[in-house]
Amino acid sequence: MDRNAAHRVKRGLFKATHLTLLFLAMAIICLPGLWIVLSSLRPTVEIMAKPPVWIPREISFDAYIAMFSGVGQGGIPVIEYFRNSLIISVTSTVIALAVGMAGGYAFARHRFRFKSSIFLGFMLTRTVPGIALSLPLFFVYAKLGIIDTHFGLILAYVALNVPFTIWLIDGFFRQVPKDLAEAAQIDGCTRWQAFWQVEFPLARPGIASAGIFAFLISWNEFALASQLTRSTSSKTLPVGLLDYTAEFTIDWRGMCALAVVMIIPALTLTFIVQKHLVSGLTSGAVKG
Amino acid sequence: MATVSLHSLVKRYGNIPVVHGIDLEVADREFIALVGPSGCGKSTTLRMIAGLEDISGGEIRIGGNLVNDLPPRSRNISMVFQSYALYPHMTVAENMGFSLKIAGKPQTEIAARVAEAAKTLDLEALLHRRPSQLSGGQRQRVAMGRAIVRNPEVFLFDEPLSNLDAKLRTQMRIEIKKLHAKVNSTVIYVTHDQVEAMTLADRIVIMRDGHIEQVGTPEDVFRRPATRFVAGFIGSPPMNLQEATVEDGKLVFAGGATLPLPRQFHDKVEAGRKVVFGLRPDDLYPTGHGIHSGEQAEVHEVEKAVTLTEPLGNETLVFTEFAGHEWISRMLNPKLLKPGEKVKLSFDLSQAHLFDAGTGMSLRA
Repeated sequence: MDRNAAHRVKRGLFKATHLTLLFLAMAIICLPGLWIVLSSLRPTVEIMAKPPVWIPREISFDAYIAMFSGVGQGGIPVIEYFRNSLIISVTSTVIALAVGMAGGYAFARHRFRFKSSIFLGFMLTRTVPGIALSLPLFFVYAKLGIIDTHFGLILAYVALNVPFTIWLIDGFFRQVPKDLAEAAQIDGCTRWQAFWQVEFPLARPGIASAGIFAFLISWNEFALASQLTRSTSSKTLPVGLLDYTAEFTIDWRGMCALAVVMIIPALTLTFIVQKHLVSGLTSGAVKG
Repeated sequence: MATVSLHSLVKRYGNIPVVHGIDLEVADREFIALVGPSGCGKSTTLRMIAGLEDISGGEIRIGGNLVNDLPPRSRNISMVFQSYALYPHMTVAENMGFSLKIAGKPQTEIAARVAEAAKTLDLEALLHRRPSQLSGGQRQRVAMGRAIVRNPEVFLFDEPLSNLDAKLRTQMRIEIKKLHAKVNSTVIYVTHDQVEAMTLADRIVIMRDGHIEQVGTPEDVFRRPATRFVAGFIGSPPMNLQEATVEDGKLVFAGGATLPLPRQFHDKVEAGRKVVFGLRPDDLYPTGHGIHSGEQAEVHEVEKAVTLTEPLGNETLVFTEFAGHEWISRMLNPKLLKPGEKVKLSFDLSQAHLFDAGTGMSLRA
């Protein structure tokens, strides 16, 4: 075998290994999701079976039907939970993005005193685990009377997300050359117009990804929501999962079905926003 | 079209002054170049005129109107940036028409004016491309197109050619000159490249450390530099400059070498004065190989050994040592010289300059 052929074989082997490893990694990442979907469709006996049953013997949508059949017939107020989740997540994401854009722009473009300390301070707030905050937050909210309200959770999630959105959006605004905003001002824009006409479109991928992250954090958050909500008027979907636990039993199938209902909107949103995440849009702006 | 005047213009960053109260009058339709080394304040001055930088003192008038506190959009100017600053999310046509769109002009007018500018700059085939699909020279032309579409009173150029390669730079230089002839507007052009300044400008402003050293025509600043700095900055290769002391009709250099005191300075400097002697390489040439400056030429010949030569084809730069300093002379009609070979150098003293060793001011006046 000559050296060229040897190299060809080696390259082929390398590619095969590469693909196998990628497949394994993806399988590990996707398996829990798949397991949830499968578990929502199979009888409890199969869910609890040891060793696990990989291919379900029968598939039924009973859990989904039960979920929507109303209280007393094995159902939970899933529509209300969904509505609460949507209101809280969307509102807190919009606010976190607005604050994040203003803050990120300020950090990227302006010089002010204690800039790096303030930035570091924002980041440090993220090092505190949410669960550690739940008790103090509970006391404060109880005093303010905003427990079990949309407003209370929105406030908590905005506080949780703002440091993150500022950090992410700051990075994207830094990539937009300052010259562009100046050129826009010379071309007749006000600062405000220059921002919306030039800098915002160019930082859009960053703003979109910050938006997705903020939404997902709010959508999936459990620790704070479980403390700060009480009734169907404010409980979110993750808290709703607890409705499937009784004193001595856990309805795994129902819980998995609700989890699937939770995953679908998040997945849809990510697909929609994904096309905005085109990077490298600023190439060609400056120099050659 | 408009005049631009700067009065005692000052820029400070915190307590650090970077532009120290400069005065400048730019005539209507004049092409002015601001040159100087990095950090001399030329770009800051331009940005203050553009309104991109607040001014710390003094005043700026465009067309006679005080514009100190007006935002860039109200100054009726256009600017071409060093980085081109094209909007990457817009096509060439959208880039060029952006200012008109912001001004709320009708679509038909925008299209017509963009088409006209594109024709001037030979950009018609590129109108639907994005900046990322253009070469450096094309981006440069789009940036100029964006500037002329606005039909402004004053054009500002901030080192527009410094990102191009040498050949393209020469080509674009010619295009800028043609463009100025065509649109006939006031231009303020910042560059650190003296060749650009000399070839393009009606008048050159030479800046250093936030001060103006000299304002004059290219001929002025080259032939009659007002300071030692200007003498050393303008001209390539630079002027030979060497400190000397005046002693009864002679210039005595360190180490004892002497040259006759050029005639034009006889009654201007007294004995004992410390001066800097300056002579351009063009006025220092191997005997028989240069061009004499005419009848008034006052030539002094010195024989020296060649230390190094730089053949450039049509001329050769000859390096020799004199008075402990390396002197550059220019040999036209070059012949082959080897290091160590003796040449007879002609110093055309009628073209010599003297500057005060302390203040650096020219003693010619």
